[in-house]
Amino acid sequence: MTALADSSTGLLDGAFYERLIEADRVHGRLYTDPAIFADELRKIWYRTWVFVGHESEVPQPNDYVRKKLGLQDVVMTRDKDGEVHLLLNRCAHRGNQVCDDESGNSSSFRCPYHGWTYRNTGELLGYPYNQGYGGKNKLELGMGSVPRVASYHGFVFGSFATEGPSLVEHLGAAAGEIDRLVGLSPEGRVELTAGWLKHKTKANWKLLAENETDGYHPQFVHGSIFGVTGSPIGALYSDNSTAVTRDLGGGHSENDLRPEFRKFAEPMRWFGTTADRVPGYVDAMHATHGEDAERILVEGAPHVMIFPNLFIAEIQVFNIQPVSAGACVQYSTAVQLAGAPELNKRMISQSIGSVGPAGMLLADDTEMYERNQRGVEALSPAWLDVRRGLARESIDDAGFRIGTATDETGMRGFWRHYKSLMER
Amino acid sequence: MTETAQPLAESATTTRPDPVPRELEPVPAGWEYREVEQFLFHEARLADENDYDGWEALWTDDALYWVPAGGADIDPVNHVSVIYDNRNRIATRMQQVKTGKRYAQAPPSNLRRIIGNVELLGGRRNADGGVDLEVAANFLAFESRVRGNELWGGRITYRLRRDDDQIRLAFKKVVLVDNDKELPTLGFLV
Repeated sequence: MTALADSSTGLLDGAFYERLIEADRVHGRLYTDPAIFADELRKIWYRTWVFVGHESEVPQPNDYVRKKLGLQDVVMTRDKDGEVHLLLNRCAHRGNQVCDDESGNSSSFRCPYHGWTYRNTGELLGYPYNQGYGGKNKLELGMGSVPRVASYHGFVFGSFATEGPSLVEHLGAAAGEIDRLVGLSPEGRVELTAGWLKHKTKANWKLLAENETDGYHPQFVHGSIFGVTGSPIGALYSDNSTAVTRDLGGGHSENDLRPEFRKFAEPMRWFGTTADRVPGYVDAMHATHGEDAERILVEGAPHVMIFPNLFIAEIQVFNIQPVSAGACVQYSTAVQLAGAPELNKRMISQSIGSVGPAGMLLADDTEMYERNQRGVEALSPAWLDVRRGLARESIDDAGFRIGTATDETGMRGFWRHYKSLMER
Repeated sequence: MTETAQPLAESATTTRPDPVPRELEPVPAGWEYREVEQFLFHEARLADENDYDGWEALWTDDALYWVPAGGADIDPVNHVSVIYDNRNRIATRMQQVKTGKRYAQAPPSNLRRIIGNVELLGGRRNADGGVDLEVAANFLAFESRVRGNELWGGRITYRLRRDDDQIRLAFKKVVLVDNDKELPTLGFLV
């Protein structure tokens, strides 16, 4: 065994990660070591852009909703002028939690401990018995906040780094996949208003991020549901599929199923239905997009993993948040397309069947994550292999690395970016 | 990995029983407390012992099996639930688990549950014009898996219907005490 097998941490520097992450394999310790998890909090979760929620969850001025960003308890608020803030749920006085309701509408928050009050921008409004501080407005204190907040088509991200790449720079080519999703709304707008299922998962968050665009597992993990429903999905992830796995750069990756859907050229096939069963939607799309509607309705929704924690799976959105080296939470909801009532109820119904703790797909993925986490505790072999398709990768017309439908191209892209962040 | 839309497209539901609470009528005639309790215990034992065929056979054709998330009285049409199965989807769920490759429940959980505080609430008029018996109970279930042990608890509302001499289950709503929090995988019949 190499020195990697011992649990002494030492310096978690570039050389350290250089030894753990190779082009075709990654070390099991990356999933189990609490010191590496703590380092990820510093270098990824509390630095890079992280998906937090959606603007449609706080549609009105003074709406708020509780969220997680890494281990942080965050309150996403919309102030009276419409601006969205991410406040850290901690009183500037004694550190008590200020907001205890899951969601609501209020222009201010009052800490229950000593009655300090804050505007929903985080600004301190007042404190009782103010003579103890020499009068009103004497304290330059406030709730903490995530210093950079930005949104893209309503998807709200936060970054604890005061400087760095902009959100659009962070998203890079993955922004185009969000554009594709939003393009399926006749009004060009997506809403996440169906609530979130919360799925407790005893596995390292990276096992999920890697799996989201792993086209190798569906036939095996999901064979039980594909078989009983006669689903054509299995074929999308097979040796015969023309779909591709694309490394979008920046740790983002996608399973691009469009080549398969173009082959059939049937509008709404991606949604498991036909145009005549959702005529109002198809008409509205033609009214908005004209001749281009046909292409959009054939190609369907994206299947993209946006580093480190936003997964858009056609009609579902996932928010993955870490808890510890061996635990995370998956939040999932159904996409709701503005101006598409015929689709929206079906999306909720299908999401309930597929995802969350009892989902006929995700419960099985989650079982795999948890078994995988127990598996990587084994001392030997110490590595996880990510070489599948390495020898047959190519570069597409846009300059992105692509593999076949079942290749581990997405995982390798994830690890390249992960390493670049962790080496700093 | 979520292949999402397609696998369940065929089992997606269009019309469903109205989940919104309406006025209850008096407890319909011909129901005896002990008999009702025995039925609930029987249903619980079939679920505990993963007797999928026996459990599925209890349901009426207009069945609704509902485990809400994020509250007891959410709108299941516009809000996601943990489970919201009509009769077709119950059948799909049973077929999946019976493949033996529904890994979330293969191997199956070891389970035992207690049903208590059984109350006959009243009569609930159904779509056919009959009156179902509405019953409520509390439950605690102890689940053991390799992943660990879980204690599940909550309030169940049942609607029972007499079909010839059989008691059938038309509706079962399970409000987990902690359904506002993150839940571990729920692979067994709750």
